[in-house]
Amino acid sequence: MQNILNLPPIWYTFAIISVLTLFGALGTIMSKNPVHSVIYLIVTFFSISAHYILLNAQFLAAVNIIVYAGAIMVLFLFVIMFLNMKEEADEMKNNKLVTAAIVTALLLGGILIIFLRRAGKEKVDTLGFNSQTGMVEILGQSLYGEYLLPFELISVLFLVAMAGAVMLAKREQGERHF
Amino acid sequence: MGSFVQWLIESMFLWKALIIIVIFAITLAIAAYSTWGERKVAAYIQDRRGPNRAGWGGLLQPLADAGKMFFKEDFIPAQADKWLFILGPCLSMFTALMSSAVVPFGSSFIIGGKEVFVQAIEINIGILYVFGVVSLGVYGVMIGGWASNNKFSLLGAIRAASQNISYELAMGMSIIAILMMSGTLSVREIVLQQHGGNWNIFYQPLGFLIFTICAFAECNRTPFDLPECETELVGGYHTEYSSMKLGFYLFAEYINMFASSAVTACLFFGGYNYPGMDFVERQLISGLGANAGHNVATLIGIGSMFTKILFGIFFFMWVRWTVPRFRYDQLMNLGWKGLIPLAVGNLIITAIAILSGYKLVGIWVGLALMVVLISIVWSLRPKKKNAIMGA
Repeated sequence: MQNILNLPPIWYTFAIISVLTLFGALGTIMSKNPVHSVIYLIVTFFSISAHYILLNAQFLAAVNIIVYAGAIMVLFLFVIMFLNMKEEADEMKNNKLVTAAIVTALLLGGILIIFLRRAGKEKVDTLGFNSQTGMVEILGQSLYGEYLLPFELISVLFLVAMAGAVMLAKREQGERHF
Repeated sequence: MGSFVQWLIESMFLWKALIIIVIFAITLAIAAYSTWGERKVAAYIQDRRGPNRAGWGGLLQPLADAGKMFFKEDFIPAQADKWLFILGPCLSMFTALMSSAVVPFGSSFIIGGKEVFVQAIEINIGILYVFGVVSLGVYGVMIGGWASNNKFSLLGAIRAASQNISYELAMGMSIIAILMMSGTLSVREIVLQQHGGNWNIFYQPLGFLIFTICAFAECNRTPFDLPECETELVGGYHTEYSSMKLGFYLFAEYINMFASSAVTACLFFGGYNYPGMDFVERQLISGLGANAGHNVATLIGIGSMFTKILFGIFFFMWVRWTVPRFRYDQLMNLGWKGLIPLAVGNLIITAIAILSGYKLVGIWVGLALMVVLISIVWSLRPKKKNAIMGA
C-alpha cells in the first residue's frame, strides 16, 4: 500500500489512461450495437493519443486524432448508420473464423511476450535522451532526410490507392444516378 | 500549507486558470450576444427593427431566450438511444468550446516579474490541435442524428457529416500553404511572424478565400446550411431535439463562428498585431514604466484582436443575409471539383514563390497566371448539351 502511494504522479496518469484504454477496447468488442462499438473505439483512440502525449510524441498524438478519430471512424460510423445492422450475427458458429481468431491471438501474444522480455533488458539512458525526439522538427528532419525514399514510395502507394478508389466509385456508362 | 500557497502564486497555474476561465466566459458572452447581433444585422439588412422589447435595444433578448429554452419540456423520443441522444449536443458544445484553447488573444502580461501569455495553452502543434478539434465536431451532429431514431434526423446528420468531411480537405490544404510560409505549427509563432503589417492575407489571398468558404461550410452557416432544410428534411439532425439540448446545438454554431473568426484573425490578419504597435508600446513604456507600459500595450493588442474577431462574426452574418443558399449537389461539386484543385494550385504556387526568393511578387504573379490559365481552359472546354449545371 505504501508503495502505491509513493509512486510519481506520472504513474497515476498512466494507470488512469490505461484503464480508460482497456475500457474502450473491451466495450468495442463486447457491445451488441455496432454504433456503440464505434463510439467505444473512438474512446480507445483518444486514450491512445493520451499515451502518446505521455511519451512526449505530440505530433503523433495530434495526427492519431485527426486521421483515426477524425476521418476513419467518421467513415465507419457513416457506413454502419446506413447499413442499420439489426439481425444477430451467426459468425461464431463458423469454424474457420474461430481457428483464425485463435491463431491471431497466439501470434499477438507471442509478439507481446518477446517485446516485454526485451523491454526489461534494454535500459533507456535517461540523462542522454534528447527530449525533443518525437517533436515535429526532429520527426520532419528524419522523415525527409534519413527515410526520404520509403516516405516517397508510401506517398506513391497512397496516390495509387486514391486513384483506385475513384475508379471503383466512378459511375459507368448506362448506370443509373441512384 | 504555506508552501502550497506560495507554489500556487509562484507557478503559472493560477494565472493560466484565470486566463482559461476568462476566455471561457468571454466566448460564451460573445456567442450569446451573437444571437442578438444576428437578429439586429438581419433586421438592418431587411429594413426592420429587430428585437427591441426586452431591455434597451433588445439587449436582454439572449437572456430571455435562454430562460425560454430552459423551461421548455425536455423531450426524449421513446425509441431513441437515450444516452447517445444526450451525448450528441454535449459533444457539439464540448468540441466548439475546445477550439479556442490554442488561440493567442494577446501578447503577454508581466506580473510580478513573470511573463504570462494571454493564451490558454501554448503547444508547438497548435494548428494541428485546431484541425483535430474541427474534425471531431462532426461527431456531435452524427451521434445526435442517429440516436433520434428518425429518418429525417439520420439523413440530416449524414448530410452534415459528408459536408464537413468534404470541406475539411480543402481547409487543411489552404492551411498547409500558410505553414509552408511560416515554417511552424505554433499559432503564437505564426502571429509573431506577421508583426509589422506583414499579414498573411497579402501573401495568401487565394488561401484566405478557400479557408473562409470552408469555415462557412464547417460551421453549417448559410450559404451552406444544407443539413437543416425545412422542405426536404424538416429540422435536419435536430428534428427531435427540444429545450436546452436544441439550445446547445444552436449555441455551438455561434461558438464555432467565434472560434473560426479567431483562428482566421490569427492565421491571416496578424492576430493581436496592429499598425504602429511598436510606436504605441514605446510611448507607453516611456510614459508608464516598463511593466505597466507593456501591460497596457498588451491590452490594446487584445482590443485589436477582438475587433478583428467581431468583424469576422459580422462578416458571417452579413453573408447569411445576402447570399442565397446552395443546392446540395452544387455544394459537393464546389468542394471536390472547385476548392480542392484550387487549394492544390495554391500550394504549388506558394512553394515555387518561396523557392524563387520573391515571396510576395511570386505568389501574385503565380495567381495571375493561374487565373489566365483557368479562363483559357474554361473557354476552350467542350460545351455539354442538356447539362443540368455547369460547376
